Amino acid sequence: MLRPFTLHRPETAEAACALLAGLGEDAAPYAGGTELLLLMKLGLLRPPHLVDVKRIAGFGDIADGPRLTIGATVTHRTLERSPLVRARCPLVASVARHVANVRVRNVGTVGGNLAFADPHSDLATLFLTLDATVELVSPRGRRELPLAEFVRGPWETARRPDELLASVRISPWPAGTGAAYVKFGVHERPTLGIAVALRLDGAGGRARVSDARVAIGCVSPRPMRVETAEARLNGVTAAELDDAAAGVADAAAASVDPADDLHGSAEYKREMVAVFVRRAVRVAVARARGADAPASFPHAVVA
Amino acid sequence: MDAAPRVRIRMVVNGGAREVEIAPHALLLDVLRDLLDLKGAKRSCDTQVCGACTVLVDDQAVSACTFLAVEADGRAVLTVEGLADGESLDPLQRAFLDAGAVQCGFCTSGMLLTARALLRENSTPSRDDVLHYLRGSLCRCTGYRKIVEAIMTVAEARR
Repeated sequence: MLRPFTLHRPETAEAACALLAGLGEDAAPYAGGTELLLLMKLGLLRPPHLVDVKRIAGFGDIADGPRLTIGATVTHRTLERSPLVRARCPLVASVARHVANVRVRNVGTVGGNLAFADPHSDLATLFLTLDATVELVSPRGRRELPLAEFVRGPWETARRPDELLASVRISPWPAGTGAAYVKFGVHERPTLGIAVALRLDGAGGRARVSDARVAIGCVSPRPMRVETAEARLNGVTAAELDDAAAGVADAAAASVDPADDLHGSAEYKREMVAVFVRRAVRVAVARARGADAPASFPHAVVA
Repeated sequence: MDAAPRVRIRMVVNGGAREVEIAPHALLLDVLRDLLDLKGAKRSCDTQVCGACTVLVDDQAVSACTFLAVEADGRAVLTVEGLADGESLDPLQRAFLDAGAVQCGFCTSGMLLTARALLRENSTPSRDDVLHYLRGSLCRCTGYRKIVEAIMTVAEARR
Protein backbone atom coordinates (compact mmCIF):
# COMPACT_ATOMS: atom_id res chain seq x y z
CA MET A 1 0.00 0.00 0.00
CA LEU A 2 1.04 3.51 -0.73
CA ARG A 3 0.79 6.23 1.83
CA PRO A 4 -1.39 9.19 0.79
CA PHE A 5 0.24 12.01 -1.13
CA THR A 6 -0.83 15.04 -3.12
CA LEU A 7 -0.17 14.75 -6.82
CA HIS A 8 0.83 17.90 -8.69
CA ARG A 9 0.78 17.94 -12.47
CA PRO A 10 2.49 21.10 -13.72
CA GLU A 11 2.63 21.76 -17.45
CA THR A 12 5.82 23.81 -17.54
CA ALA A 13 9.29 23.25 -16.15
CA GLU A 14 9.05 26.63 -14.41
CA ALA A 15 5.89 25.61 -12.56
CA ALA A 16 7.41 22.25 -11.64
CA CYS A 17 10.57 23.87 -10.28
CA ALA A 18 8.53 26.42 -8.34
CA LEU A 19 6.66 23.54 -6.69
CA LEU A 20 9.90 21.74 -5.88
CA ALA A 21 11.42 24.95 -4.50
CA GLY A 22 8.35 25.63 -2.35
CA LEU A 23 7.87 22.10 -1.04
CA GLY A 24 11.56 21.29 -0.55
CA GLU A 25 12.22 17.80 0.71
CA ASP A 26 8.47 17.12 1.03
CA ALA A 27 8.27 16.69 -2.75
CA ALA A 28 9.65 14.12 -5.13
CA PRO A 29 9.66 14.40 -8.91
CA TYR A 30 7.58 11.60 -10.40
CA ALA A 31 7.59 10.26 -13.96
CA GLY A 32 7.03 6.55 -14.63
CA GLY A 33 7.13 5.61 -10.96
CA THR A 34 8.74 2.25 -11.68
CA GLU A 35 11.47 2.95 -9.12
CA LEU A 36 9.90 5.62 -6.91
CA LEU A 37 6.61 3.83 -6.21
CA LEU A 38 8.45 0.67 -5.17
CA LEU A 39 10.38 2.49 -2.46
CA MET A 40 7.24 4.35 -1.42
CA LYS A 41 5.37 1.06 -1.03
CA LEU A 42 8.15 -0.17 1.24
CA GLY A 43 7.92 3.06 3.23
CA LEU A 44 11.58 3.82 2.53
CA LEU A 45 10.47 7.05 0.87
CA ARG A 46 7.46 8.96 2.17
CA PRO A 47 7.06 12.12 0.09
CA PRO A 48 3.78 13.88 0.94
CA HIS A 49 3.87 15.50 -2.52
CA LEU A 50 4.66 14.07 -5.94
CA VAL A 51 5.39 16.40 -8.84
CA ASP A 52 4.46 14.65 -12.08
CA VAL A 53 6.83 15.86 -14.79
CA LYS A 54 5.25 13.99 -17.71
CA ARG A 55 3.08 16.90 -18.86
CA ILE A 56 5.99 19.29 -19.30
CA ALA A 57 6.38 20.22 -22.97
CA GLY A 58 9.55 18.87 -24.53
CA PHE A 59 10.37 16.40 -21.76
CA GLY A 60 9.06 13.53 -23.86
CA ASP A 61 10.99 14.43 -27.03
CA ILE A 62 14.06 12.97 -28.69
CA ALA A 63 15.89 15.59 -30.76
CA ASP A 64 18.60 15.12 -33.38
CA GLY A 65 21.68 17.31 -33.76
CA PRO A 66 25.43 16.89 -33.41
CA ARG A 67 24.40 15.33 -30.11
CA LEU A 68 21.25 13.34 -29.52
CA THR A 69 18.99 14.91 -26.87
CA ILE A 70 16.76 12.48 -25.02
CA GLY A 71 14.01 14.09 -22.94
CA ALA A 72 13.72 12.99 -19.32
CA THR A 73 10.29 11.39 -19.68
CA VAL A 74 11.10 9.36 -22.79
CA THR A 75 10.27 5.78 -21.84
CA HIS A 76 12.66 2.88 -22.30
CA ARG A 77 10.19 1.52 -24.84
CA THR A 78 10.24 4.72 -26.89
CA LEU A 79 14.03 4.70 -26.81
CA GLU A 80 14.01 1.05 -27.92
CA ARG A 81 11.74 1.73 -30.88
CA SER A 82 12.76 5.26 -31.93
CA PRO A 83 13.89 5.25 -35.61
CA LEU A 84 16.14 8.22 -34.80
CA VAL A 85 17.90 6.44 -31.93
CA ARG A 86 18.22 3.26 -33.97
CA ALA A 87 19.81 5.20 -36.81
CA ARG A 88 22.14 7.39 -34.74
CA CYS A 89 23.11 5.02 -31.97
CA PRO A 90 21.68 1.54 -32.42
CA LEU A 91 23.33 0.15 -29.29
CA VAL A 92 21.27 2.55 -27.14
CA ALA A 93 18.06 1.14 -28.62
CA SER A 94 19.37 -2.37 -28.20
CA VAL A 95 20.29 -1.85 -24.53
CA ALA A 96 16.90 -0.20 -23.90
CA ARG A 97 15.25 -3.33 -25.34
CA HIS A 98 16.82 -5.37 -22.54
CA VAL A 99 15.97 -3.12 -19.58
CA ALA A 100 13.88 -5.02 -17.00
CA ASN A 101 10.71 -6.29 -18.73
CA VAL A 102 8.26 -4.88 -21.25
CA ARG A 103 5.89 -3.53 -18.58
CA VAL A 104 8.66 -1.55 -16.90
CA ARG A 105 9.95 -0.36 -20.27
CA ASN A 106 6.47 0.86 -21.26
CA VAL A 107 6.27 3.08 -18.17
CA GLY A 108 9.79 3.71 -16.82
CA THR A 109 11.65 6.74 -18.13
CA VAL A 110 15.24 7.53 -19.06
CA GLY A 111 15.32 10.57 -16.78
CA GLY A 112 13.83 8.63 -13.90
CA ASN A 113 16.40 5.90 -14.35
CA LEU A 114 19.32 8.36 -14.30
CA ALA A 115 17.96 10.55 -11.51
CA PHE A 116 17.16 7.57 -9.32
CA ALA A 117 20.74 6.37 -9.73
CA ASP A 118 20.12 2.80 -8.70
CA PRO A 119 23.57 1.27 -9.05
CA HIS A 120 22.16 -1.87 -10.64
CA SER A 121 20.98 -0.33 -13.90
CA ASP A 122 22.14 -0.17 -17.49
CA LEU A 123 21.67 3.23 -19.05
CA ALA A 124 24.14 5.31 -17.08
CA THR A 125 26.95 2.83 -17.74
CA LEU A 126 26.30 2.85 -21.48
CA PHE A 127 25.80 6.62 -21.59
CA LEU A 128 29.21 7.19 -19.97
CA THR A 129 30.83 5.78 -23.12
CA LEU A 130 28.79 8.30 -25.15
CA ASP A 131 30.16 11.29 -23.17
CA ALA A 132 26.67 11.98 -21.84
CA THR A 133 25.71 15.21 -20.14
CA VAL A 134 22.52 15.94 -18.25
CA GLU A 135 20.55 19.17 -18.41
CA LEU A 136 19.15 20.38 -15.10
CA VAL A 137 16.56 23.15 -14.81
CA SER A 138 15.72 25.16 -11.73
CA PRO A 139 14.31 28.56 -10.81
CA ARG A 140 17.90 29.81 -11.19
CA GLY A 141 18.14 28.70 -14.82
CA ARG A 142 19.71 25.76 -16.60
CA ARG A 143 22.98 23.96 -16.15
CA GLU A 144 24.62 21.12 -17.98
CA LEU A 145 26.67 18.57 -16.10
CA PRO A 146 28.66 15.55 -17.29
CA LEU A 147 26.80 12.39 -16.35
CA ALA A 148 29.96 11.23 -14.57
CA GLU A 149 29.59 14.18 -12.17
CA PHE A 150 25.82 13.89 -11.91
CA VAL A 151 25.81 10.34 -10.56
CA ARG A 152 27.61 10.52 -7.22
CA GLY A 153 26.86 7.18 -5.66
CA PRO A 154 24.09 4.69 -4.97
CA TRP A 155 20.78 6.59 -5.23
CA GLU A 156 22.72 9.82 -4.96
CA THR A 157 23.05 12.51 -7.61
CA ALA A 158 24.13 16.13 -7.90
CA ARG A 159 20.51 17.21 -8.45
CA ARG A 160 19.53 19.91 -5.98
CA PRO A 161 16.09 19.68 -4.36
CA ASP A 162 14.61 22.40 -6.61
CA GLU A 163 16.20 21.07 -9.80
CA LEU A 164 14.67 18.84 -12.44
CA LEU A 165 16.48 16.58 -14.83
CA ALA A 166 15.20 17.83 -18.21
CA SER A 167 17.19 15.73 -20.67
CA VAL A 168 20.32 13.74 -21.30
CA ARG A 169 22.56 14.43 -24.28
CA ILE A 170 24.73 11.78 -25.84
CA SER A 171 27.42 12.06 -28.52
CA PRO A 172 26.96 9.16 -30.95
CA TRP A 173 30.22 7.42 -31.84
CA PRO A 174 31.73 8.11 -35.26
CA ALA A 175 31.11 5.67 -38.09
CA GLY A 176 33.29 2.56 -37.86
CA THR A 177 33.03 2.32 -34.09
CA GLY A 178 32.37 -1.16 -32.77
CA ALA A 179 30.50 -1.28 -29.48
CA ALA A 180 28.93 -3.78 -27.15
CA TYR A 181 27.07 -3.78 -23.86
CA VAL A 182 27.14 -7.01 -21.92
CA LYS A 183 25.26 -7.53 -18.69
CA PHE A 184 25.42 -10.52 -16.44
CA GLY A 185 23.39 -11.76 -13.50
CA VAL A 186 20.81 -14.19 -12.22
CA HIS A 187 18.70 -11.70 -10.26
CA GLU A 188 16.09 -9.28 -11.59
CA ARG A 189 18.68 -6.52 -11.78
CA PRO A 190 22.08 -6.99 -13.39
CA THR A 191 25.08 -8.05 -11.30
CA LEU A 192 27.39 -6.23 -13.67
CA GLY A 193 27.15 -4.24 -16.89
CA ILE A 194 30.07 -3.58 -19.21
CA ALA A 195 30.04 -1.09 -22.09
CA VAL A 196 32.89 -1.08 -24.60
CA ALA A 197 33.31 1.06 -27.72
CA LEU A 198 36.37 1.31 -29.95
CA ARG A 199 37.57 1.88 -33.50
CA LEU A 200 40.06 -0.08 -35.56
CA ASP A 201 42.16 2.21 -37.78
CA GLY A 202 43.79 0.46 -40.73
CA ALA A 203 43.30 -2.94 -42.25
CA GLY A 204 43.90 -6.55 -41.23
CA GLY A 205 46.26 -7.52 -38.43
CA ARG A 206 47.97 -4.11 -38.47
CA ALA A 207 44.79 -2.21 -37.70
CA ARG A 208 45.17 -0.34 -34.40
CA VAL A 209 42.60 0.32 -31.72
CA SER A 210 41.75 3.96 -31.16
CA ASP A 211 39.22 5.91 -29.14
CA ALA A 212 38.61 2.99 -26.77
CA ARG A 213 35.92 3.53 -24.14
CA VAL A 214 35.23 1.13 -21.31
CA ALA A 215 32.60 1.67 -18.62
CA ILE A 216 31.59 -0.64 -15.81
CA GLY A 217 28.33 -0.48 -13.90
CA CYS A 218 26.58 -2.27 -10.99
CA VAL A 219 29.83 -3.41 -9.34
CA SER A 220 31.14 -0.21 -7.77
CA PRO A 221 29.00 2.33 -5.88
CA ARG A 222 28.50 4.16 -9.17
CA PRO A 223 29.11 3.43 -12.85
CA MET A 224 32.51 4.61 -14.05
CA ARG A 225 34.71 4.88 -17.13
CA VAL A 226 37.94 2.90 -16.71
CA GLU A 227 40.75 5.01 -18.12
CA THR A 228 43.45 2.46 -17.29
CA ALA A 229 41.68 -0.17 -19.37
CA GLU A 230 41.09 2.29 -22.19
CA ALA A 231 44.79 3.24 -22.20
CA ARG A 232 45.77 -0.40 -22.47
CA LEU A 233 43.47 -0.87 -25.45
CA ASN A 234 44.43 2.21 -27.44
CA GLY A 235 47.23 1.58 -29.94
CA VAL A 236 47.07 -2.20 -29.71
CA THR A 237 47.13 -3.87 -33.13
CA ALA A 238 44.41 -6.31 -34.13
CA ALA A 239 47.02 -9.09 -34.20
CA GLU A 240 47.95 -8.41 -30.56
CA LEU A 241 44.42 -8.01 -29.29
CA ASP A 242 43.93 -11.47 -27.84
CA ASP A 243 47.06 -11.11 -25.72
CA ALA A 244 46.29 -7.52 -24.78
CA ALA A 245 42.74 -8.36 -23.71
CA ALA A 246 44.01 -10.06 -20.56
CA GLY A 247 45.81 -6.89 -19.48
CA VAL A 248 42.74 -4.81 -20.25
CA ALA A 249 40.60 -7.17 -18.18
CA ASP A 250 43.08 -7.05 -15.28
CA ALA A 251 43.10 -3.24 -15.36
CA ALA A 252 39.30 -3.24 -15.32
CA ALA A 253 39.15 -5.71 -12.42
CA ALA A 254 41.66 -3.62 -10.46
CA SER A 255 39.57 -0.48 -10.97
CA VAL A 256 36.32 -1.64 -9.38
CA ASP A 257 35.27 -1.30 -5.76
CA PRO A 258 32.87 -4.21 -5.20
CA ALA A 259 31.07 -5.19 -2.01
CA ASP A 260 29.89 -8.59 -0.79
CA ASP A 261 26.13 -8.86 -1.30
CA LEU A 262 23.44 -11.15 -2.70
CA HIS A 263 24.94 -10.75 -6.18
CA GLY A 264 28.14 -12.42 -4.97
CA SER A 265 31.32 -11.82 -3.02
CA ALA A 266 33.57 -8.91 -3.87
CA GLU A 267 36.21 -11.35 -5.07
CA TYR A 268 33.73 -13.10 -7.36
CA LYS A 269 32.52 -9.84 -8.85
CA ARG A 270 36.08 -8.70 -9.53
CA GLU A 271 36.72 -11.96 -11.36
CA MET A 272 33.50 -11.62 -13.36
CA VAL A 273 34.47 -8.07 -14.34
CA ALA A 274 37.67 -9.46 -15.86
CA VAL A 275 35.79 -12.23 -17.67
CA PHE A 276 33.09 -9.98 -19.08
CA VAL A 277 35.39 -7.12 -20.05
CA ARG A 278 37.38 -9.63 -22.09
CA ARG A 279 34.19 -10.86 -23.73
CA ALA A 280 32.77 -7.40 -24.35
CA VAL A 281 36.05 -6.29 -25.95
CA ARG A 282 35.95 -9.32 -28.23
CA VAL A 283 32.41 -8.52 -29.38
CA ALA A 284 33.21 -4.82 -29.88
CA VAL A 285 36.31 -5.67 -31.93
CA ALA A 286 34.35 -8.05 -34.16
CA ARG A 287 31.73 -5.36 -34.69
CA ALA A 288 34.41 -2.75 -35.48
CA ARG A 289 35.60 -5.14 -38.18
CA GLY A 290 32.08 -5.11 -39.58
CA ALA A 291 31.43 -8.67 -38.59
CA ASP A 292 28.04 -9.63 -37.27
CA ALA A 293 29.23 -11.11 -34.01
CA PRO A 294 26.54 -13.30 -32.51
CA ALA A 295 27.71 -13.99 -28.99
CA SER A 296 25.97 -15.57 -26.07
CA PHE A 297 27.23 -16.27 -22.58
CA PRO A 298 25.43 -18.06 -19.75
CA HIS A 299 23.22 -15.75 -17.64
CA ALA A 300 24.26 -12.80 -19.77
CA VAL A 301 22.64 -10.47 -22.28
CA VAL A 302 24.74 -9.17 -25.15
CA ALA A 303 23.33 -5.93 -26.55
CA MET B 1 -1.10 15.01 6.97
CA ASP B 2 -4.57 15.86 5.65
CA ALA B 3 -5.91 13.38 3.15
CA ALA B 4 -5.38 14.62 -0.39
CA PRO B 5 -8.64 15.42 -2.20
CA ARG B 6 -10.11 12.54 -4.14
CA VAL B 7 -10.10 12.74 -7.90
CA ARG B 8 -12.63 11.56 -10.46
CA ILE B 9 -11.23 9.57 -13.36
CA ARG B 10 -12.88 8.23 -16.50
CA MET B 11 -11.64 5.07 -18.16
CA VAL B 12 -12.91 2.70 -20.78
CA VAL B 13 -12.59 -0.65 -19.04
CA ASN B 14 -13.05 -3.73 -21.23
CA GLY B 15 -14.97 -1.62 -23.71
CA GLY B 16 -17.32 0.06 -21.23
CA ALA B 17 -17.05 3.62 -19.91
CA ARG B 18 -16.40 3.70 -16.15
CA GLU B 19 -16.11 6.67 -13.87
CA VAL B 20 -14.65 6.27 -10.39
CA GLU B 21 -13.64 8.56 -7.56
CA ILE B 22 -10.29 7.61 -6.09
CA ALA B 23 -7.45 8.86 -3.95
CA PRO B 24 -4.37 10.07 -5.89
CA HIS B 25 -2.32 7.27 -4.37
CA ALA B 26 -4.75 4.51 -5.45
CA LEU B 27 -3.06 1.83 -7.52
CA LEU B 28 -4.72 0.66 -10.71
CA LEU B 29 -4.69 -2.93 -9.47
CA ASP B 30 -6.72 -2.06 -6.36
CA VAL B 31 -9.19 0.03 -8.35
CA LEU B 32 -9.75 -2.81 -10.80
CA ARG B 33 -10.00 -5.54 -8.18
CA ASP B 34 -11.77 -3.80 -5.31
CA LEU B 35 -13.78 -1.01 -6.91
CA LEU B 36 -14.68 -2.61 -10.25
CA ASP B 37 -14.65 -6.21 -8.98
CA LEU B 38 -12.37 -7.41 -11.78
CA LYS B 39 -10.27 -10.07 -10.05
CA GLY B 40 -8.41 -11.37 -13.11
CA ALA B 41 -5.28 -9.33 -12.48
CA LYS B 42 -3.47 -10.73 -9.44
CA ARG B 43 -1.28 -9.14 -6.81
CA SER B 44 1.74 -11.34 -6.42
CA CYS B 45 5.29 -9.94 -6.29
CA ASP B 46 3.99 -6.34 -6.02
CA THR B 47 7.29 -5.15 -7.58
CA GLN B 48 6.72 -5.41 -11.40
CA VAL B 49 8.81 -8.55 -11.56
CA CYS B 50 6.29 -11.38 -12.05
CA GLY B 51 3.60 -10.21 -14.49
CA ALA B 52 0.59 -11.59 -12.59
CA CYS B 53 -1.01 -8.12 -12.41
CA THR B 54 -0.49 -7.30 -16.09
CA VAL B 55 -3.24 -5.28 -17.73
CA LEU B 56 -3.19 -3.30 -20.96
CA VAL B 57 -3.48 0.48 -20.87
CA ASP B 58 -4.05 1.81 -24.39
CA ASP B 59 -2.82 -1.57 -25.65
CA GLN B 60 0.45 -1.41 -23.70
CA ALA B 61 1.23 -3.95 -21.00
CA VAL B 62 1.76 -2.42 -17.56
CA SER B 63 2.12 -3.78 -14.03
CA ALA B 64 -1.11 -2.61 -12.41
CA CYS B 65 0.47 -3.17 -8.96
CA THR B 66 2.86 -0.26 -9.46
CA PHE B 67 0.79 2.01 -11.69
CA LEU B 68 -1.21 4.90 -10.27
CA ALA B 69 -4.86 4.65 -11.24
CA VAL B 70 -4.91 8.36 -12.08
CA GLU B 71 -2.58 7.54 -14.97
CA ALA B 72 -5.41 5.55 -16.56
CA ASP B 73 -7.66 8.61 -16.70
CA GLY B 74 -8.95 9.07 -20.24
CA ARG B 75 -7.42 5.81 -21.40
CA ALA B 76 -8.60 2.31 -22.34
CA VAL B 77 -7.89 -0.48 -19.88
CA LEU B 78 -8.15 -4.13 -20.86
CA THR B 79 -8.19 -6.92 -18.29
CA VAL B 80 -8.53 -10.64 -18.91
CA GLU B 81 -12.28 -10.32 -18.30
CA GLY B 82 -12.49 -8.27 -21.50
CA LEU B 83 -10.94 -10.88 -23.78
CA ALA B 84 -13.85 -13.24 -24.38
CA ASP B 85 -16.91 -12.07 -26.27
CA GLY B 86 -19.69 -13.58 -24.19
CA GLU B 87 -19.27 -17.35 -24.39
CA SER B 88 -16.90 -17.04 -27.32
CA LEU B 89 -13.25 -17.21 -26.27
CA ASP B 90 -10.52 -14.99 -27.67
CA PRO B 91 -8.23 -16.93 -30.06
CA LEU B 92 -5.42 -16.66 -27.48
CA GLN B 93 -7.62 -18.15 -24.76
CA ARG B 94 -8.65 -20.97 -27.11
CA ALA B 95 -5.01 -21.64 -28.02
CA PHE B 96 -3.96 -21.70 -24.34
CA LEU B 97 -6.63 -24.30 -23.64
CA ASP B 98 -5.79 -26.36 -26.70
CA ALA B 99 -2.05 -26.32 -25.98
CA GLY B 100 -2.45 -27.10 -22.30
CA ALA B 101 -0.73 -23.80 -21.49
CA VAL B 102 -2.72 -23.41 -18.26
CA GLN B 103 -1.98 -25.32 -15.09
CA CYS B 104 -2.67 -23.50 -11.83
CA GLY B 105 -3.81 -20.47 -13.84
CA PHE B 106 -2.35 -17.79 -11.60
CA CYS B 107 -0.12 -16.35 -14.34
CA THR B 108 -2.59 -16.95 -17.17
CA SER B 109 -4.35 -13.59 -17.25
CA GLY B 110 -1.01 -11.79 -17.43
CA MET B 111 0.32 -14.19 -20.04
CA LEU B 112 -2.76 -13.73 -22.23
CA LEU B 113 -2.65 -9.95 -22.06
CA THR B 114 1.10 -9.81 -22.62
CA ALA B 115 0.67 -12.05 -25.67
CA ARG B 116 -2.11 -9.85 -26.94
CA ALA B 117 0.12 -6.74 -26.66
CA LEU B 118 2.91 -8.55 -28.49
CA LEU B 119 0.69 -9.71 -31.35
CA ARG B 120 -0.70 -6.22 -31.72
CA GLU B 121 2.80 -4.82 -32.17
CA ASN B 122 4.23 -7.69 -34.15
CA SER B 123 1.85 -9.98 -35.99
CA THR B 124 4.65 -12.30 -37.12
CA PRO B 125 6.81 -12.84 -34.03
CA SER B 126 9.56 -15.42 -33.98
CA ARG B 127 9.87 -17.82 -31.07
CA ASP B 128 12.71 -15.62 -29.80
CA ASP B 129 10.48 -12.53 -30.04
CA VAL B 130 7.86 -14.31 -27.91
CA LEU B 131 10.43 -15.40 -25.33
CA HIS B 132 11.89 -11.89 -25.19
CA TYR B 133 8.44 -10.34 -24.73
CA LEU B 134 7.52 -12.80 -21.99
CA ARG B 135 10.62 -11.97 -19.96
CA GLY B 136 9.27 -10.93 -16.59
CA SER B 137 6.07 -12.94 -16.96
CA LEU B 138 6.69 -15.78 -14.56
CA CYS B 139 5.01 -19.19 -14.68
CA ARG B 140 5.92 -21.70 -12.00
CA CYS B 141 4.01 -24.66 -13.51
CA THR B 142 4.36 -25.04 -17.24
CA GLY B 143 8.00 -24.38 -18.00
CA TYR B 144 6.76 -21.90 -20.65
CA ARG B 145 6.99 -24.35 -23.54
CA LYS B 146 3.24 -24.72 -23.98
CA ILE B 147 2.60 -21.03 -23.41
CA VAL B 148 5.01 -20.14 -26.21
CA GLU B 149 3.47 -22.88 -28.36
CA ALA B 150 -0.01 -21.43 -27.85
CA ILE B 151 1.09 -17.91 -28.75
CA MET B 152 2.96 -19.16 -31.83
CA THR B 153 -0.16 -21.04 -32.95
CA VAL B 154 -2.21 -17.84 -32.90
CA ALA B 155 0.58 -15.89 -34.62
CA GLU B 156 0.88 -18.51 -37.35
CA ALA B 157 -2.86 -18.62 -37.90
CA ARG B 158 -2.72 -14.89 -38.62
CA ARG B 159 0.00 -15.12 -41.26
